[in-house]
Amino acid sequence: MTLAFRAYSNSVRVAAVYSMTDISNPSRSSGQPKGERLEEARLRQQAIGVKLRHMFDEVVNEPVPDEFLEILRRADKRAPEGGDA
Amino acid sequence: MSGATNPPPKPPSADDDAFKRELVTLIPHLRAFARTLTGDPTAADDLAQDAMMKAWDARASYLMGTNMKAWTFMILRNQFYSEKRRSWRQSQLDQEAAERTLVAVDDPESPVALDELRLALATLPEEQREALILVGAGGFAYEEAADICQCAVGTVKSRVSRARKALQATLEKGGYARDGRAAGDAMRSILAAADRLAGVRT
Repeated sequence: MTLAFRAYSNSVRVAAVYSMTDISNPSRSSGQPKGERLEEARLRQQAIGVKLRHMFDEVVNEPVPDEFLEILRRADKRAPEGGDA
Repeated sequence: MSGATNPPPKPPSADDDAFKRELVTLIPHLRAFARTLTGDPTAADDLAQDAMMKAWDARASYLMGTNMKAWTFMILRNQFYSEKRRSWRQSQLDQEAAERTLVAVDDPESPVALDELRLALATLPEEQREALILVGAGGFAYEEAADICQCAVGTVKSRVSRARKALQATLEKGGYARDGRAAGDAMRSILAAADRLAGVRT
């Protein structure tokens, strides 16, 4: 009996969610089952993730300007802090 | 010996050499992180160079074998925010950088989806953007990102989650029209480009 009630209340809740999202976003979600929409949202997030990494890696893969290594080379020749001169 | 005029440099230790070798491998990553923080390539390289030198000067306080990437990212981030606080011109610089970004978007040669992602990223609050970049692009765990941003792990998680939602909403809404294409195409072009990239990658 409890189980039956839980199943019933679940289906009511699902129906409520359905109608809510259908009203708030009629063009996109009408006629599309919930699972499919969740899957779509997941795919979209995945796609953004791929692009985000690509954007970052684009810079990582650029050749490092000589300036960086030059600065680091010069750092060696600086007198140590609190130098012993 | 040879350099008679200069004070003798401290003899390079094995630790210094190892430190420097690792630091050099991190330069590309520091440049990329700086680029996402400043949004401007020139300012980003200045920032990355400053951070590199700060890291070098502070090498005595770095514990070899611990996460040097996270350590240098934290230095770079602190440098960025302290400079930003100092600079009264910052809002003006931001404006100029934003205008340059917009000009870049008008370039017909530039890859569409990436520019739209950059624009959408620029609309995020700073702390959400950096959290998303660190976790979503920089390859850091939530715990490492929390160390870098000096905040709680839960804070990073919620920032990343809010950033993802906001980014998706912005891209789907397509708040900017380009080449007369219908707004909302941004998400479609990102999906298409991501498919291509995923295909290339594997």
